[in-house]
Amino acid sequence: MKRLHLERLANPQLLALVAVLLINWALFPNFFRISWQDGRLFGSFIDVLNRGAPVAILAIGMTGVIATKGVDLSVGAIMAVCGAVAATMVVAGYPTPIAVVAALAVGIACGLWNGFLVAILDIQPIVATLVLMVAGRGIAQLITEGSIVTFNEPSLIFIGTGSFLGFPMAAVIALVLMILVTLLVRRTAIGLFIQAIGVNRAAASLAGIHSRMLLVLVYALSGFCAAIAGIIVAADIRGADANNSGLWLELDAILAVVIGGTSLLGGKFSIPLAVVGALIIQAMNTGILVSGFRPEFNLIVKAGMIILILMLQSPLVGNAAGFFKRDTRQAGSK
Amino acid sequence: MKRSLRPLAATAVIFLIAYALSVLQFPGMLSTRVLGNFLTDNAFLGIAAVGMTFVIISGGIDLSVGAVIGFTGVLVAVLISWMGLHPLAAFAIALGVAALFGGAMGAAIHYLQVPSFIVTLAGMFLARGGASVITQDSVPINHEFYAAISGLIIRLPGGGRLSFIGLLMVAVFLVGALLAHRTRFGSYVYALGGNPVSALLMGVPVARTTVQIYMLSSVLAALAGIVFSLYTSAGYPLAAVGVELDAISAVVIGGTLLTGGYGFVLGSFVGVMLLGLVQTYIIFDGTLSSWWTKIVIGVLLFLFIVLQRIIFAASAPGEESPEKV
Repeated sequence: MKRLHLERLANPQLLALVAVLLINWALFPNFFRISWQDGRLFGSFIDVLNRGAPVAILAIGMTGVIATKGVDLSVGAIMAVCGAVAATMVVAGYPTPIAVVAALAVGIACGLWNGFLVAILDIQPIVATLVLMVAGRGIAQLITEGSIVTFNEPSLIFIGTGSFLGFPMAAVIALVLMILVTLLVRRTAIGLFIQAIGVNRAAASLAGIHSRMLLVLVYALSGFCAAIAGIIVAADIRGADANNSGLWLELDAILAVVIGGTSLLGGKFSIPLAVVGALIIQAMNTGILVSGFRPEFNLIVKAGMIILILMLQSPLVGNAAGFFKRDTRQAGSK
Repeated sequence: MKRSLRPLAATAVIFLIAYALSVLQFPGMLSTRVLGNFLTDNAFLGIAAVGMTFVIISGGIDLSVGAVIGFTGVLVAVLISWMGLHPLAAFAIALGVAALFGGAMGAAIHYLQVPSFIVTLAGMFLARGGASVITQDSVPINHEFYAAISGLIIRLPGGGRLSFIGLLMVAVFLVGALLAHRTRFGSYVYALGGNPVSALLMGVPVARTTVQIYMLSSVLAALAGIVFSLYTSAGYPLAAVGVELDAISAVVIGGTLLTGGYGFVLGSFVGVMLLGLVQTYIIFDGTLSSWWTKIVIGVLLFLFIVLQRIIFAASAPGEESPEKV
């Protein structure tokens, strides 16, 4: 891994991010202009960091799940639930720290539920998390009683709109979380275990890895990340919207992870590159907005980008024999 | 009874029990009017669920269904109201476009060897974005043909009415069941979902079948879009958002395994009816808020998954086929 350091700087994800940012700059010359106002930085580029943070945070948790050959469809619904918990508790008069801790605990509980279904009941991840994806939004509406719960608690709002050393708080949280989780999986054997489960769960279990516990752990981490993202989004709009908070963000998060080079077939993952993937998506969103295109083009550009990535990652080239496809792909991805 | 029919029987029995309990509480639910509306209100969902059943039996997933419904609605509305085409011509164009779209997705899944999840996600973005680019607003359809079709109803004793679109859904389910269980294509789909490698070795034309499966799903989604436009007399780019999730739920509740290779088309019909029952019950009750629908559907999904797990407990745990996402 050591000799890869230079190559890492030249990896396709970072190049793609630079390319998207340069295109934005070409379409909108003021893209990189950053100004200092009211003790914080302002500008389109800072906006990309700020707006991209929720998806980046989701992508951090999603990377671990996808590396075990799973997928977590429920993160958007968990965001709505946790935002609703934080908002209703603050409105009910609880201090912000307690509301935040409660929301995080609810997120972890949702993740544990997903992990229980996947690891203990052996249900395929896509169905297991579909349960909470469908029911979660209903639960969130149950908590907010169908209305949008608004609040004016400055300390909670700070999490969404505040700044730290001039940088938006959401981006700082995402950065810290990325570093912590990356250290956790790369400086301990956990990352290796996760990869082993993703490659072959049965073999990993036979090799002595507690695959059930680890699976529960990655889903709990995904729930925790979703809770953070949910609190940030609720704090940003000063209200919990059970219907729209985190709507379809699970798909953006999965997309970010896939752009980051994590294989949906498990066994290969990178958390920092997933965050770069989230920034690429947001840079395109912002680029389309600032360059005056209609926002509907966003979806088409996204679809085009997925198709492009699929073409690039496709094992089609140099793939001769029919059913050795899987082997050549894994050999080619190293 | 054949062991393999147990999940289907379980779903049917649960539907009957749930319906009986609802009738005990609200006798008004036992009427041809309610039953007729079951079919009419869920027609588009049912037609989409038939296509989804084939995709899921083959071991894949199609996230683009809702977006294709929305896109078809807009396309049909624009062709009729702005271009002045006859609805039948517009329907033919919409179905053709959907066939190309689904075929392209199937080809991408097979030739690029990427999970169907990601390809159909791209398809979802593309179809939804395409619909929004055509128009942002709801486009009304005022054509005598639409009025004629809305007038095509069979009156039942007791005030019930079987609408054209409700009967169309039933017909699609019957044709789908024949296609799945009585044709060569159907057995290819099952073989592919059971194990793609053995299917290939047995001589199943994997490429052609994959393309046909996604083509079928998109064409049926387009048909569902047409039905939706008949139902609402308008085309709206944001129509039917999230219908793919309802369709997947109906298919899973109907006893089809998401790992592929096992399932029933008619089970999905019971699944759709069960989802319709939940909504009708909540409307009848009047005091329950709409969000209970989502919670109940989530709980139902969970119950049926656990039920399947118990029924299939004999199969080796932890041994999932490697390529399913």
